[in-house]
Amino acid sequence: MEARRGSGRRTGVTSQGSALFDALNLAFLVAAALLCLFPIVNVLSVSLSSSSAAAAGVVGIWPVEFTLSSYTYALTKKSFLTAFVVSLKRVALGIVVNMLLTILAAYPLSKTRRELWGRNFYAWFFFFTMVFNGGLIPWYMTIKQVGLIDNILALILPNAVQVFFVLVLMNFFRQLPKEISESALIDGAGHWSIMWKIHVPLSLPSIATLVLFSFVFHWNSWFDGLILMTSPIRYPLQTYMQAILEVVDPLRLKGMTAEQIAELMKVSNRTLKSSQIFIAAAPVLAVYPFLQKYFMKGLLLGSVKG
Amino acid sequence: MTRFRVQLPMHLMLVPCIIPVLIFSYYPMVGIVIAFERFFPNRGFFHSPFVGLKNFEYVLNLPNTYQVLWNTVFISAMKIVAGIVVPILFSILLDLVRSSGVRRTVQTIIYMPYFLSWVILSGILIDVLSPNSGVVNQVIKMLGMEPVFFLANERLFPFVLVVTDTWKNFGYGTVIFLAAIAGIAPSLYESSRIDGANRFQQAIHITLPGMLPIVALIATLSLGDVLNAGFDQVFNLYSPVVYRTGDILDTLVYRIGLLNSQYGVAAAIGLFKSVVSIIFIGTAYWVSGRFLEYRVF
Repeated sequence: MEARRGSGRRTGVTSQGSALFDALNLAFLVAAALLCLFPIVNVLSVSLSSSSAAAAGVVGIWPVEFTLSSYTYALTKKSFLTAFVVSLKRVALGIVVNMLLTILAAYPLSKTRRELWGRNFYAWFFFFTMVFNGGLIPWYMTIKQVGLIDNILALILPNAVQVFFVLVLMNFFRQLPKEISESALIDGAGHWSIMWKIHVPLSLPSIATLVLFSFVFHWNSWFDGLILMTSPIRYPLQTYMQAILEVVDPLRLKGMTAEQIAELMKVSNRTLKSSQIFIAAAPVLAVYPFLQKYFMKGLLLGSVKG
Repeated sequence: MTRFRVQLPMHLMLVPCIIPVLIFSYYPMVGIVIAFERFFPNRGFFHSPFVGLKNFEYVLNLPNTYQVLWNTVFISAMKIVAGIVVPILFSILLDLVRSSGVRRTVQTIIYMPYFLSWVILSGILIDVLSPNSGVVNQVIKMLGMEPVFFLANERLFPFVLVVTDTWKNFGYGTVIFLAAIAGIAPSLYESSRIDGANRFQQAIHITLPGMLPIVALIATLSLGDVLNAGFDQVFNLYSPVVYRTGDILDTLVYRIGLLNSQYGVAAAIGLFKSVVSIIFIGTAYWVSGRFLEYRVF
C-alpha cells in the first residue's frame, strides 16, 4: 500500500488549479478535524476552569482561571471511585473471557468441513446470533432467571462470546500456512498444542488488537449495567456517568469547615461533570490510535474477500 | 475412529463457547413466547397465561405506534445515507492530500469520536449545545441571533440525531473506504497519467469506481439496520419534550417493558423488530453474496 503512495501517482500531472485545490482541500479537512476535536477540547478546558467562568460560558478551547479542583473533587468522590473500580474489574474479567473463548472458537471454525465434522453447523450456530435475537425483554428475563441480577458476571457472561471477534480471528487463522499444522499433526501433535504453540503465537498482533477492541467494548458498555445492576454501588463507570446526579451531594457538606465548603463551591456542577466525562473518556482516547493500523490492513480485508 | 479421536479436541474447544451462547442468545429466542402471553416474571416463560395476539392488538391501538415506527425508519434511513455519502467524500479528499503525515493525522482525529460511548458524547453534546453556556449558542448569540435549544426542539431533534451520529461515525467509514482505495491497482493510475489525466480526473474515473464495490457492500449490509435508529444515542439525548419526533422502537420497548413492566407488550414490539430486521439482513446478505461476492465465513 505504501509503495503505491510513494509511486508516481502523487507527483502526477499537475496544473495551476491543482495548487489552489490542495490549499482548499487541506483547509476543509483541517476544519473537519477541528470540528471533531473541538467538543472534547472544550470539555477538557471547562473541567480545568473555575466554576464561575464555566457557568458564565466564556470557556472556549483554553481554560479560564485554571484550577484542578474539579479533578481533586472527582477523584476523592467515593461513588465515582467505586464505579471506576467496577469498570476496571469488568474490563479485566471481560478481556480474559472474551479472548479465551475467541481463540477456542476461532481455531476449530478455521478448519474446513473435511477437517472438522459439523464445522458449517457450528459456524451458523454462532453467526445466527449476530442477525437474530430474542429482543430486550426475553434477554433481561433470561438473566433474571439465571440469577445474575446485581452480579458483575451479568456484565461478562452474556458478552462472553463476541462472534465478530471470532470471525476476525478465524479469518486470520485461515491465512496461516497449512503446512505447519499439517506436519505437526503428522508428527503426532494434537489440536490443543497446535492451537497454543503455533496458531496463537503466530497471530499475537491480531489477538492484541482484539484485546483493545474488547477493552473499548467493556469500558464503553453502560446499558447492561443500568438494567442488570440494581444497586448503584455496582454500576460500572459509564453507567454511573449516565445516571450521574447533577447536584453536589448535600450530605458531604456536613462536618466541613467553611473553607472546605468554599473550596467545594468552586467546583460547579458543570466543571465537575466535565472532569468526570474526561476521566471516563481518557482510557479509550489513549488506546484508540493503536487500532488504526489494523483497521487499514487486516480487519476489513479479513472479512471481505472478493 | 481415529479421525474422531483427532477431531474430538476441537469439539471440546467449542463446548465452553456454545454454552453461554445457548443460554444468553438462544434461550431468549425461546423467550419470545412471552409476546403471546400475559407474562409474570416469577412464573417463567411457559407458565404465564396465553393471550394470543392480544399484545400485538394493544400495540397497534396505541396512539403513537405509527409515529414511533416512522421516526425509527426516518432517522435510521437518514443516518444510513449520511453515513455513506460523507465518508465517500472524505476518503476521496483525504486520498488527494499529498502529505502522508497530514493524511494520517486528519484520519486519526476524525475517527476519535467513533470510539467514545454515547454516554460520554451526549454528556459533551448536552454541554456544547446548551442554550445558556454552550459554545454553539455563544457563537449564535455573537452573530446576533436567538439561542437555539437543539435538544428540546421537536422539529430539529431528528436532524440533531443524524448530524451528531454522522459526526461520531464518519471517520470510521472514511478509514474503511480509504482501505478500499489503497487496494486499487497502482497501474491504473500510472497508465492514466501517461494518457495525461490529472488528479481530479483520476479521482472521478479511477478512485470512485474503484471503491464502488465496498460502498455497495456497506450500503447493502446497512439495510439490516433500518429499524436500528440508535438506542444508545437517542436514550442519552432525548427527553419527553421531543418524544413525538425522537422516540424510536427501542426506546419505546425500554419504557413499556422495563419501566412500565408491560413485558408481553414490549416483547411483542421487540419480536416485530427482530423479524423485520432478519428479513432485511437476510436479503442484504443474499444480495451481497450473490452480486458482490461477499462471504462471512
